[in-house]
Amino acid sequence: MKTKELLLDPVLKNNPIALQVLGICSALAVTSQLKQVVIMGAAVSLVTGISSLMVSVLRNSIPNSIRIIVQMTIAASAVIIADQLLKAYVYDVSKQMSVYIGLIITNCIVMGRMEGFAMKNTPAASFLDGIGNGLGYSVILIAVGIVRELFGSGKLFGFSILPLTTEGGWYQSNGLLLLPPSAFFIIGCLIWIIRIIKPEQVEND
Amino acid sequence: MVEEYLSLFIKSVFIENMALAFFLGMCTFLALSKKVDTALGIGVAVIVVLGITVPANNLVYNYLLKDGALAWAGFPNVDLSFLGLISYIGMIAAMVQIMEMVLDKYVPTLYNALGIFLPLITVNCAILGSSLFMVERDYDFGQSVVYGLGSGTGWALAIVALAGIREKMVYSDVPAGLRGLGITFIVTGLMAIVFMSFAGIQL
Repeated sequence: MKTKELLLDPVLKNNPIALQVLGICSALAVTSQLKQVVIMGAAVSLVTGISSLMVSVLRNSIPNSIRIIVQMTIAASAVIIADQLLKAYVYDVSKQMSVYIGLIITNCIVMGRMEGFAMKNTPAASFLDGIGNGLGYSVILIAVGIVRELFGSGKLFGFSILPLTTEGGWYQSNGLLLLPPSAFFIIGCLIWIIRIIKPEQVEND
Repeated sequence: MVEEYLSLFIKSVFIENMALAFFLGMCTFLALSKKVDTALGIGVAVIVVLGITVPANNLVYNYLLKDGALAWAGFPNVDLSFLGLISYIGMIAAMVQIMEMVLDKYVPTLYNALGIFLPLITVNCAILGSSLFMVERDYDFGQSVVYGLGSGTGWALAIVALAGIREKMVYSDVPAGLRGLGITFIVTGLMAIVFMSFAGIQL
């Protein structure tokens, strides 16, 4: 497969969140502010990329019966690196995201790509596939984050875009969007939009 | 004492529901909630695994990893807490494996009922999440047992409820693009809002 396909396919055509139902666990709770979203997206892309690369390098020497544990250990090591980096450089954000950074280990995107792609493909292709799926995840997260922060608190990255009535502006903020359940509605609607554009993804059951 | 444990249990089942307040274990939650029977199976498995792994990880944290925890071995200045993630996940994977073997040997009926769900649980974020919350909130051993069982029960309750709704939903006319995954998201969102009404309760 070509580099471009590997990187861009997971973004719209085969999106990890909207189609493969992977990695929703950590996706919902961190989307009320764009800053957290961008950091989370970057961390997930990095971890998926690195762990797919490592698994692919080792794929011929991993015994089949213990592969899950080996994959877990590789993913956990990558997440520890990401966690320590975040604690060192953006401590306040890492504090706000509490356990959700650690939960990247059990993020099904990481496991899914290692098991489904990296075990059968070359290191370079696996690395790109990992980064691509991380990007697909980030795109959905950023879309959700923009809607929630812009309409929920009138800000983007903490800068005022829509002046709030409480601060003398005209925009009455929508408090529902700051509550975590709103992420479900937004992702539900995004899936709807993606499936209107790509009707072949519609489920018939 | 009993009262404290009881309120922690109620809190972890309803107010801090793993699935609907923290959105953990969502992949399994959405994928295995098509039928009530399957939902019940995975729910029971999660309760059992959480009831074992959270206390086990509590011991690992307090006696091996915490700052100064190795004092009993003669290393009072060692802080291994950065190894937390890898130890917890290792512990969970090992516990699931051991449980599978024990069940297979002594309670084959339960083993057959849980079937493929047991290994799947290793990658359920509700399991790792509970251990991480337990560490973050510094629970002692007794509290960790109650917290593990409580958060498992809460998760099981949520998935069985969602499966019930989805079974009924087969008869409704959902717009084509929303069918399956889309409408499940929206239903889960509504359930999460319902569970938010527990948030104001003080125990």
